[in-house]
Amino acid sequence: MIAIELKRSVPRYAASKLAGRTTPGLLPYLAPLRVGHYDDPEIPGEGWVRVAPRLSGICGSDLAMISGDASFYFSPIVSMPFVPGHEVVGTLDDGTRVVIEPVLACAARGVEPPCEACARGDVGLCVRTAHGIIAPALQTGFCEDTGGGWGTMLVAHESQIHRVPDGLPDEAAVLIEPLACAAHAVLRANIEPDETVVVSGAGTMGLLTIAALRQLTNAGRVIAVAKHGRQQREALRLGADDVTTPSNATRAVRLATGAHLHSPDIGDAWLAGGTDVSFECSGNAAALDTCFRITRGRGRVVLVGLPGAAKIDLAPVWHRELDVLGAYTYGMESNGQRTFDLAIGIAQRVDLAPLVSAKYPLTRYAEAIDHAMDAGRLDSVKVVFDLDAK
Amino acid sequence: MTRSSRPGLVLEVDRRTPPVLFHNGENFRLERLPSGSRIVYPPEPLEALKHPEDAIARAVDNPHNADPLRAKLRPGMKLTIAIDDISLPLPQMQLPDARQLVLERVLTLAAEAGVDDVELVVANSLHRRMTEAEIRRMVGERVFRSFWPDRLRNFDAEDPDDVVFVGTTEHGEEVELCKRAFESDLLIYVNINLVAMDGGHKSVPVGLGTYRSIRHHHNVGTLLESKSYMHPERSALHHSASRMGKFLADKLDIFTIETTLNNAAFPSLYDFLSKRELEWSLRDQATYLAVTSGLKRLPDQMRHKLLHSIASPYELTGVNAGETEATHAKTLENLHRQHVVQVEGQADIMTCGVPYIGPYNVNSIMNPILVVCMGLGYFFNLYRNAPLVRPGGVLILTHPTPRAFHPVHHPSYIDFFDVVLADSTDPKVIEQKYEKQFAEDEWYRHLYRTSYAYHGVHPFYMWYWAAHAMDYLGDVIFVGGDRAVVSRLGFRTATTMADALEMASETVGRRASITHLHCPPLFLPEVTP
Repeated sequence: MIAIELKRSVPRYAASKLAGRTTPGLLPYLAPLRVGHYDDPEIPGEGWVRVAPRLSGICGSDLAMISGDASFYFSPIVSMPFVPGHEVVGTLDDGTRVVIEPVLACAARGVEPPCEACARGDVGLCVRTAHGIIAPALQTGFCEDTGGGWGTMLVAHESQIHRVPDGLPDEAAVLIEPLACAAHAVLRANIEPDETVVVSGAGTMGLLTIAALRQLTNAGRVIAVAKHGRQQREALRLGADDVTTPSNATRAVRLATGAHLHSPDIGDAWLAGGTDVSFECSGNAAALDTCFRITRGRGRVVLVGLPGAAKIDLAPVWHRELDVLGAYTYGMESNGQRTFDLAIGIAQRVDLAPLVSAKYPLTRYAEAIDHAMDAGRLDSVKVVFDLDAK
Repeated sequence: MTRSSRPGLVLEVDRRTPPVLFHNGENFRLERLPSGSRIVYPPEPLEALKHPEDAIARAVDNPHNADPLRAKLRPGMKLTIAIDDISLPLPQMQLPDARQLVLERVLTLAAEAGVDDVELVVANSLHRRMTEAEIRRMVGERVFRSFWPDRLRNFDAEDPDDVVFVGTTEHGEEVELCKRAFESDLLIYVNINLVAMDGGHKSVPVGLGTYRSIRHHHNVGTLLESKSYMHPERSALHHSASRMGKFLADKLDIFTIETTLNNAAFPSLYDFLSKRELEWSLRDQATYLAVTSGLKRLPDQMRHKLLHSIASPYELTGVNAGETEATHAKTLENLHRQHVVQVEGQADIMTCGVPYIGPYNVNSIMNPILVVCMGLGYFFNLYRNAPLVRPGGVLILTHPTPRAFHPVHHPSYIDFFDVVLADSTDPKVIEQKYEKQFAEDEWYRHLYRTSYAYHGVHPFYMWYWAAHAMDYLGDVIFVGGDRAVVSRLGFRTATTMADALEMASETVGRRASITHLHCPPLFLPEVTP
């Protein structure tokens, strides 16, 4: 197969971390990535099937890993070298179009009996992601045995497979995985009817969170914090009532909620009052800091974007008695439905395809990654690899 | 010796005409206008009253259509004296302030009559509260020491304990007023009438009114029908205020004292601002060069402080007192004597410089919304009969329009700029969609009452003030403006005056006529279309 592989290389990791973010266009060449011909991944055991990816997204977590910004927290549950790519729409050998639920939990690993989390259906919380018949990895796309979406072949366990409804274009299907993350985050927040919600960051995760909010809750006013024009337009299209920019976010939320604004001697302003719930979708520390400052007392702040190591003033969390909720991935939601099924339902009701802004063949991976790194500024949302393209 | 005062002048530009001065925010610029352009210069300052204190005494002893003030004063009565706030005059006048002189006379009469229950209220309406130092400067040390802080205060239009609903005019306008003023046996209003828009029935119902009241005339519909604000007979704003004023006058004894000033807006150091460029001496030219290059080099804060420390050598040209309408008629007569300049015909293009100061940024920052208010609200509307520019014509203004706001004075302006104008610049849309939210916002209300913030609704009024110009003009161009800011405001930017004129030709053609309003000092073109 043709694939992009990420290898362990300390010098390249250091180089990409040092220069990758500051020098546009350089990161894909500095990062320990190589495109080439590799052997197809082997079927690890019973219940595993081959999937030929058609489209595979470039996710923020992929970019964080490539640029050396990802937390080392994950290193015990990642096995190198691996083929990245966990947002995948592909076909089985019989031609069935599928998306994969990438979490490699007990069922896929052949762990019996399953851990408590998997037994409950909370596969995202599986505690056996370093056990079983395949190498340690939290998901497909981080595992040396399974392949990933950035290659022309991967293997997946039947528990990971979801059939794509007829009529749903690949461009929408490739967003089902991040949409499931967004749906899970939205349900984690237990939104009450008419609550005011801020969605901070309007990349793919932010926009899909807005879509999920409108489809799965009776939230009141939804305010999107979006830096770029395309993001702002998409946020409104998908259901945000207002859009504001990061620099205006605090004042915009104040205005919308009727809160009072306080300006400390040093540091950013904060609100007495504010939004009921904030979803931080960019993984940016400054944005998270803002969320803490604009969410009302005993409100909820949901971490949707992958956060890294950050220095943030936690005084507002203490002072406002905020509930800070992580929202990693999907599984079985409290309403008894699988998050992926909810996401597929939403994808059938909401036009997500326009969010895919650019497709690249694997051989143009450098341009693709460069584009994805700067997606917002380039008026783009989701950049994907087109595995059928030559 | 009496000082001669030349009337205003309409000068036609020819090849010998030197470049003309434009105010340009916190600096000035010289621009060469094409031959054939007209420059409308203000009249020179009228001779001042020789003995202002005596004139004040005479006015209150011989009022128009009312008993003398001393006859209205008696022991045991409740007396409230309302005073125009810091928005007048512009710039602040050299001391003593005209209001101080009037107050001292009125309070002397009150003391002689044995009136004990006296309260002085700054009629700041929905403007920011004046600081202690600003009030002290305005009323003078003697009055300040005698009354501050218990009997001299700012009006709080959001204080439910100090507001009373008086009733509704025959046009359905709700009248709500400062309770202390309404419950007084006599309300004396002390005014400075800088321009024809000020004073008269506009003083009490607006200066001591609340949002509930003021919204009936400070709205897009009314302001679109006010042509112009400086021509009260043709101003729907004034018609509404008059109805409210008359309604109040039926229920409350109001004694109006109005003062007029000459237009000596700048001290002698800045003579070049008031003189016609043809008459600039070598000293004026040197001063211009020194001032403009000095201001350019100064850090923002120092430049700002320097300019706002300028006090005008305004002098009193008249004092009238008595019943509001009769008094105001005399005031306008006197004002027109100073201000009116006859202009024949409208131009295709009107040019004007926007200065560093306006009514709502004294000791503050002229933010972009206030720039619009000054240019399209005040200067465009500075006319009687007809605008200086023809319908569909172009207004060219000079101002750098930085995105700068005073965070204490103008908090709701920041949100107006960032949120409201990002959505729409159409006054009607803005009014319908956002006004109520801003007017009732608790934080703005809190800051208006306890800090020094303009009321939450105030930026809307500034925008509405420009509605007539927006509706009337074909294009508005800011020379030297910040592109992003001007674009947010809904207008266009040009780097130079020549570029602006080139851009204007798209709207009015290449043979366009141009009239430059050489203002401030303030004056009032009476335009024959």
